[in-house]
Amino acid sequence: MRHVATKPEPQIVKDVHHPLEHYFRSERLPHIWCSGCGLGTAMSCLAAAFGHLKLDVDDVSVVSGIGCSGRLAGYMRPDSYHTTHGRALPFATGLRVALEKTKPGHKVVVFSGDGDLFSIGGNHFIQAARRNIDLSVFYVNNFNYGMTGGQVGPTTPMGAKGTTAPYGMFEHPFNLPYLAASSGAPYVARWTTLHVHRLQKAMEEAIQKKGFTFVEIIAPCPTNYGRRNGLPTGLDEMRYYREEAVIENFADPKDAEIIPGKPFIVGTFVDEDKPDYLEIYQKFVADHFEVAAK
Amino acid sequence: MINRKVKGMSKKDILAGEHFLNGDVACAEGAIAAGCRLFAGYPITPQSEITETMAYRLPKIGGYFLQMEDELASIAAVLGGAWGGMKAMTATSGPGFSLMMENLGLGIMTETPCVIVDVQRGGPSTGLPTATSQGDMMQARWGTHGDHEIIAYAPASPQEMFDQTVKAFNQSERFRQPVLVMADEVVGHMMERVIIDPDKIEIYPRRKPSVPYEKFLPYKGGPDMVPEMACAGEGYRVHVTGLTHDERGYPDLSVESQDKLMHRLIGKIRDNADQIIEVEEENIHGADVVLVTYGIAARTALRAMELAEEKGIKVGMLRLITVWPFPLKEVRKIAGDVKGLIVPELNLGQIVREVERAAAGQCPVRLVGHAGGGLHRPENILSAIEEVAR
Repeated sequence: MRHVATKPEPQIVKDVHHPLEHYFRSERLPHIWCSGCGLGTAMSCLAAAFGHLKLDVDDVSVVSGIGCSGRLAGYMRPDSYHTTHGRALPFATGLRVALEKTKPGHKVVVFSGDGDLFSIGGNHFIQAARRNIDLSVFYVNNFNYGMTGGQVGPTTPMGAKGTTAPYGMFEHPFNLPYLAASSGAPYVARWTTLHVHRLQKAMEEAIQKKGFTFVEIIAPCPTNYGRRNGLPTGLDEMRYYREEAVIENFADPKDAEIIPGKPFIVGTFVDEDKPDYLEIYQKFVADHFEVAAK
Repeated sequence: MINRKVKGMSKKDILAGEHFLNGDVACAEGAIAAGCRLFAGYPITPQSEITETMAYRLPKIGGYFLQMEDELASIAAVLGGAWGGMKAMTATSGPGFSLMMENLGLGIMTETPCVIVDVQRGGPSTGLPTATSQGDMMQARWGTHGDHEIIAYAPASPQEMFDQTVKAFNQSERFRQPVLVMADEVVGHMMERVIIDPDKIEIYPRRKPSVPYEKFLPYKGGPDMVPEMACAGEGYRVHVTGLTHDERGYPDLSVESQDKLMHRLIGKIRDNADQIIEVEEENIHGADVVLVTYGIAARTALRAMELAEEKGIKVGMLRLITVWPFPLKEVRKIAGDVKGLIVPELNLGQIVREVERAAAGQCPVRLVGHAGGGLHRPENILSAIEEVAR
């Protein structure tokens, strides 16, 4: 093998482009995510969903919080906002409401992780779902805090190990499709990063649907979660999904809990029509006030 | 598709004329006059009239009112709203102001124009929910973590609640920074005449990109160190992050990048401080004693001045309209010419520390503190004047 003294410059082949390249900040790649991590797959699915919907890069914004998944905003070409820990949803709420006035029809996508959306930001999640604000929430559940070194969180299954649960998790985890459905979200789905086509389709449905839409993405974190819990590689986690994920649409979200080693449900749980916050607000304003803006 | 020239922002939406308003309502009307069409807030005494006025007014004039789940969400929604191209505001009091501190930092780091009103009440903790204080003045300055500069106004009347809220919006757009209006319960609830003349209201518009997307660097400061702002959906594909970033807005966690960014963020306020700092001087020339005060404390101090003048003491007043950045030069200059400076404030010693620093030993500096819940008695300020003048 030839000795390479310095890091080689990447060779760009002229006029050859990835069909989804325009959705990415290529100059920011490669990403920081570990080998075997599911975030890259989830990001690819999101870009593929944008592409399939022929969504113009300037007609969508991406908001994320803090953590491994929070970094996604920095890799995607649309206007993207990397906010504070837990506050992606309220930031996106303000952004979405303002865009209703400055650029109607503009989509806002929130992409964040379990710690961000359901621990520090848990209240914002149930309130945003209750309000039925028009946001598409894509949330990666890797069962732990990856960025900070594998601490347990509100989605860690009971008994699973983490750096802050060396003897195993003593608490009950959230069942998030159930939480989302009972908080009022009109669209709730769950897929894993093994189900890439179904995940992409769910993302498309969520983006197209008005209101608060929620897709849970079960993703491997071999570095920090899998390694401590009998799934040391990304491939091991994918095998686990293949063996235990049961596709069942419109199952009772109450049955969506995830217990390691046991089958768990993936699919669409909720898909219903319900007026969203802005629709109700605008209708009232149109019926009662003479507003120059509309 | 983009409609940046927000419709419905006509002068008829401004509450023109002569009115009898409380400070909170005047503040809300000031925000509307300044072009604020997005308000996100959470109920808290003694600012609730601001939130309630916005809830009543905004839907009628093409705006959006959001009652959020808490103050963390309120300020986050305000930042999001600003990036969505609107002028946005939130209002709170001490406990809520504490909750806003982290995202105040995000606003500073991402250079997001917006206004935060703190109608101060007694603290710490739940303290005196319905009674006045100026106990959050240092929290305003240093409450959010990390090194930073801040702009804060201190209104002393309902008229100033209106005027300074307009100014706060203008300075937030001018310097691309969240601006604070540090009011208090008495100014918020007192009712006085407020005159609103739409023809005299000047609006500083958002600083829009002057170059096309390919050449645009969202975090490159202009000659005044302030960058231009491209909002969501305008085609500039901006990345906005609370991480240390380069001129492209991309995370760059190097020492060099931090150094460059911090010098610009702090420099844009420090180097332009003369365009921000506002003080009001009264009888300064030839005064033996000067009162350095702000907000509602300045109103009681005025009575103390009258009483002192009746006794033949030459007293002046330097009233801080902007408390932050602190008018160091102005105070230092006066300190060399007087027997002493007296600082009445509704806390047990916050801004007095800045005054001492500015005086730099040229003259004694005396605090007339008050723990909050009520106002100073003019006699207490008078006795301090008499002692210092002696």
